[in-house]
Amino acid sequence: MSGLEALALALMVPGTVFFVAGTVGMLRFPDAVSRLHALTKADGLGLVLIAAGAAVAAGSAGVALRLVLICVLVGLAGALGAHLIARLVRSGGEG
Amino acid sequence: MDAMIVFDLALALALVGLAWAVLATEDLFAAVVLFIVFGLMTALAWVRLAAPDVALAEAAIGAGVTGALLLTTLRRTAGAATPEVTPPAVSWGVGALSLAVTAGLGAAFLGAPSQGPGLEGAIAGNLAASGVEHPVTAVLLNYRAYDTLMEVVVLFAAVVAVWSVAQAPEAETPAPGPVYAGFARLALPAAAVVGAYLLWAGATMPGGAFQGGAVLGALGILALLARSYVPAPEHRAMARAAFIAGTAVFALVALAVGFGPRVAFEYPPALAKPLILLIEAVVTLSIAATLAALFFGREPEPLSVEARP
Amino acid sequence: MSPDLIYGLAGLGVFGIGLFRALTLAAPLRRVLALKLCAVGASFLLIVAAYREPPGAADAVPHALVITGIVVMVSAMAVALALIHRIAVLEREGGHD
Repeated sequence: MSGLEALALALMVPGTVFFVAGTVGMLRFPDAVSRLHALTKADGLGLVLIAAGAAVAAGSAGVALRLVLICVLVGLAGALGAHLIARLVRSGGEG
Repeated sequence: MDAMIVFDLALALALVGLAWAVLATEDLFAAVVLFIVFGLMTALAWVRLAAPDVALAEAAIGAGVTGALLLTTLRRTAGAATPEVTPPAVSWGVGALSLAVTAGLGAAFLGAPSQGPGLEGAIAGNLAASGVEHPVTAVLLNYRAYDTLMEVVVLFAAVVAVWSVAQAPEAETPAPGPVYAGFARLALPAAAVVGAYLLWAGATMPGGAFQGGAVLGALGILALLARSYVPAPEHRAMARAAFIAGTAVFALVALAVGFGPRVAFEYPPALAKPLILLIEAVVTLSIAATLAALFFGREPEPLSVEARP
Repeated sequence: MSPDLIYGLAGLGVFGIGLFRALTLAAPLRRVLALKLCAVGASFLLIVAAYREPPGAADAVPHALVITGIVVMVSAMAVALALIHRIAVLEREGGHD
């Protein structure tokens, strides 16, 4: 395995661990707001690590820039979704 | 690639499990959310089966726009009467029949020649004269352009049908708030650029009019939700023009090239690329307007005053 | 044991589930979901028929057919959902006579 591939693997494996941790948090936490907390934090970091690993494995600057754009957009959308759900929970919707 | 077989098996099991769960859940909202997840898993399966165009279309239209339509319908029909349950005897009988049909299809599928020679040779051989470099775009916009014209007509028919089923305006939902407005200010221009890029890239790599049109349609849905755009009765003429533009331009171009020695839909090879781009651009705008209108669900003004409660 | 065999059987399973539920469920929204599942199952078979082993390029005609199918399906679902909404409104008004 070349050095680049090893580095990509070293980035993606912790990313996967973070995603699994976020999923476990979503299944095990008691109420909606703590589940949101697990999802946004863990999945966001997991996505950045996996995207970094994919950018290293792809090797081209164009692909790396597109992955950065994807991370930014997913981060924005995730934050917005979490905000809307938390606002609904606080105003008395379903838990 | 053998390790990927484990992933394929896991994804296939997840797909069948999700399909069962979508229709076995009691709560309708959970069923719709599971359905959106199912759509995204299907998009993953398309990527594994070397169909990236279909994956883009499924994720944007099949999971995204369909999910949005289902959720608004859920909200509008909340509290509707629950219909009666099917008697168990009928359920078991239909289940046995479905199992038999599926088993027959499975036998046919397993007995059929797999990965046999198809049309990829003919597609690749004529690609140079088609005006684009991507096989799927060539099939959609050139070889089978007639089917695509009918598809655009189906979209137009859908918006005509939805506008004809007149509804009184429903109660206003509360505005989403400043965080959403800020997100819209950032995301809508980015979505417009992504949609235009998908349209442009469709000539040489996975992309095309439908995927770009779906992204722009999602932009329209976001604008409707954020109240950045409120449909008014004065906009109806412009909306109608947007709905019909794709069909009209497509049909006109297809018929106009049919003069002289050519038949309809037979683009002259020198003009093929500009004609395809023109058709794709107008069809993208049409698709975006149609999808946003289907989400909004009604004409901006009710047809008759008696429809109001 | 290649990807097309696995996904082809999965697609048939999804189609069978959709067919069974489309005929036995009574709520209109669920029937629409079940029919969409049938459409997805059929799309699986088309895409699997187009799949070739990795060095070869996939056949593009079934891909175009499935993209057309996805767009037609969303149009049909939009009309079906508008009708469901209309029926619900009429039932609500009918009960308040």
